[in-house]
Amino acid sequence: MSETTNTNTIKHTRLGRNKWGYIFLVPFFVTFLVFSLWPLIQTIYFSFFTKYTTQMFEEVEEFCGLKNYKEIFSADTMRLFFNTFVLWIIGFVPQILVSLLLASWFANNRLRIRASGFFKTVIYLPNLIMAIAFGMIFYLMFARSGPLFHLFENLGFITGDYDFWAHVGSTRILISSINFLMWFGNTTILLMAGIMGINDSLFEAAEVDGASQFQVFRKITLPILKPILVYVMITSLIGGIQMFDVPQIITKGMGNPAGRDIFKTSQPAIKTVIMQLSASISKSNNYGSAGALSVVLLIVTGILSFFVYLSMVHRDDNDK
Amino acid sequence: MKKVTKFLSLVLVLAMVVSCLAACGSKNESKNDSKEPAAVKTEFGEQGKVLNIYCWNEEFKQRLEELYPGYSKVDDATGKIGDVTVKWNITPNENNAYQQALDNALKQQGNANADDKVDLFLIEADYALKYVEPNVSLALAEVGIDVAKDFKNQYTYTQDIVKDSKGNIKGTSWQGCPAALIYRTDIAEEVLGTSDVDKVQEYVKDWASFEATAAKMKEKGYTMVAGFDDTYRVFSNNAKSAWVKDGKVQIDDRIWEWVDQAKKFTDNGYNVKDSLWGDNGWKSGFDMSGKVFCYFGPAWFIDFCMNCSEPGSVGEAGKWHITVGPEGYFWGGTWICAAAGTDNEVLIKDIMMKMTADTDTLVKLAQTFSDFVNDQPAMEKLAADNTVGNKYLGGQNIYGILAEGAKKIHIDYASAYDQGCNEKFQAAMKEYFLGNCTKEEALENFKKEIKTLYPELNTDDLKVK
Repeated sequence: MSETTNTNTIKHTRLGRNKWGYIFLVPFFVTFLVFSLWPLIQTIYFSFFTKYTTQMFEEVEEFCGLKNYKEIFSADTMRLFFNTFVLWIIGFVPQILVSLLLASWFANNRLRIRASGFFKTVIYLPNLIMAIAFGMIFYLMFARSGPLFHLFENLGFITGDYDFWAHVGSTRILISSINFLMWFGNTTILLMAGIMGINDSLFEAAEVDGASQFQVFRKITLPILKPILVYVMITSLIGGIQMFDVPQIITKGMGNPAGRDIFKTSQPAIKTVIMQLSASISKSNNYGSAGALSVVLLIVTGILSFFVYLSMVHRDDNDK
Repeated sequence: MKKVTKFLSLVLVLAMVVSCLAACGSKNESKNDSKEPAAVKTEFGEQGKVLNIYCWNEEFKQRLEELYPGYSKVDDATGKIGDVTVKWNITPNENNAYQQALDNALKQQGNANADDKVDLFLIEADYALKYVEPNVSLALAEVGIDVAKDFKNQYTYTQDIVKDSKGNIKGTSWQGCPAALIYRTDIAEEVLGTSDVDKVQEYVKDWASFEATAAKMKEKGYTMVAGFDDTYRVFSNNAKSAWVKDGKVQIDDRIWEWVDQAKKFTDNGYNVKDSLWGDNGWKSGFDMSGKVFCYFGPAWFIDFCMNCSEPGSVGEAGKWHITVGPEGYFWGGTWICAAAGTDNEVLIKDIMMKMTADTDTLVKLAQTFSDFVNDQPAMEKLAADNTVGNKYLGGQNIYGILAEGAKKIHIDYASAYDQGCNEKFQAAMKEYFLGNCTKEEALENFKKEIKTLYPELNTDDLKVK
């Protein structure tokens, strides 16, 4: 008898205490349901419809099955993914290399870099500027009337009628440099946190054994840093797939200059997936094809992240 | 430390509670508001209490503040005409934001409170039909204006732009924007041996002469025009077909003429290889150090876009002059429309009459804001006035040439899709001019842009000419 009352009171108090936990969780779940999950379901639903507003304010909405998806799996959309990927990779490779180098310098006690706090702040600063402002500044600096244009002209690299923004290569490199400048500070700080988490005794032991700095970096720092690297890689990849603001502002939404790349016809070579999505939505409210594109994007992001994760984790197991 | 945390959390909680209450408070207020009648007595009879005006910049506001009798400014976004509050809803034009804001407001028009409804909105020529054709704007007859009688002094093209397919005129403008060729007198003197308006006109009287003159300019190290699309509107305004007919996109022969000319000009070095408004050299011709012979534009272009007040500019030196050029055309302009569902018809009629049809007000407008106003007698009077001269043009009186041009403008082929088609076509063709793609590929890219922008249109029949 007394035992049951006991358990009852315990149950009661536990629920009583847990209640507060649930109450505190409510705001998150409500916002998530209303502002994330519901729009997500709607996006998927509308992706099976032809749904847009005409220039004359008429709303068109009819079920169209997989038509939107068929249109997406055309060469044109592959092109958008290609453009996005190229812009991302040109920026990401130097970003991860420079960040690794800086992080290992900053975290290295033996180097004793002076005023490292100052430098850490400085390299992070570009991230605080709005991407749009950054894009605009770059655009103007490399326009024919801009200071950097004149600098390159005076150095003899280019002639007066060259146009940075009329060539695919130069435009891509400049846009990727903006992304590099904006994000390498952030990556450095993440990697540095990872390196500083490594037990010092490992480095000391390696040095006692006569390992060179490079060996220490390759055999100790890198393997232990792998989880952080995976994280940096996945977040950067997701950010890269969603690339929008800088190319949008620099090409005024058009994604030009046009180029052939590995394809047969010449098309806008700077246009990214999200730029296309935004163009579909902004004037004609084309929730049908924009919805289908979002769904494909969601799946692609998922698959890529999974692959990156798998490859990193798998190699890790082999090493052991 | 603990005390500080407690204090902070108390402050935060208080802030939350207060903001909640504040929100409730304003709700109550608005409830009280709606109990009051939405209409007030004015000198025009019973009218809505609030006049909501939608526009994209300060242009119309400045003119109303300055010239409309009885308008008193309250603050930057509100004014008063008698008992009616004037509310300015200004959304800048960038990236289509104005049209989006206006579209959303018009969509809510049926359900909105009388005080929140759009009463008056402003539009531009390039997308005028979008708001003229559907039932979102009132015909001028519906607000009590007899266009044939009340607006007889206006230039007819300004009425054609806002005419729907049934012949109703649904907007009115205080300005006309006939445009002309703006050339540099010192370069004309050096290359052509004369800077006289009539003699220079001989060198640019048609496109063949224009091209021959361009070659002469090139020989002396000058470029004839600045951008690829400086001449675009001259061609497109004189097209013989609309961009869109029965849901199909079509490209007029005159527009293909522009493509061929711009390509030739680019390849021969007759332009500076930049787009209109571009930062890649298009503006370089505004300075004395520039090498550009001519631009195309209306009165507002000279006064507001050519950096004429800046030291070292051609305008400051008074070295610009205008002449008719190869063909007449117009560029820009703002129209006032009454929104369907407004409760301020009488006041709107009065604003339209005073601001766009009253000769005295329009003469003042021309003198205060150097607009080319929409009133034929007023413009002819100013054209004949020897004391009127534009200092950026070395004292030239531009009204004569512009007024002559304004009479000749005909808008027979407009569509609601013009703005998007013009923009996307120029941007796609730029890649062809630069050599980044062929003409065929540029057309394909244009088609895709149109498909994204206007999914309802058919582009299948488009072919390169």
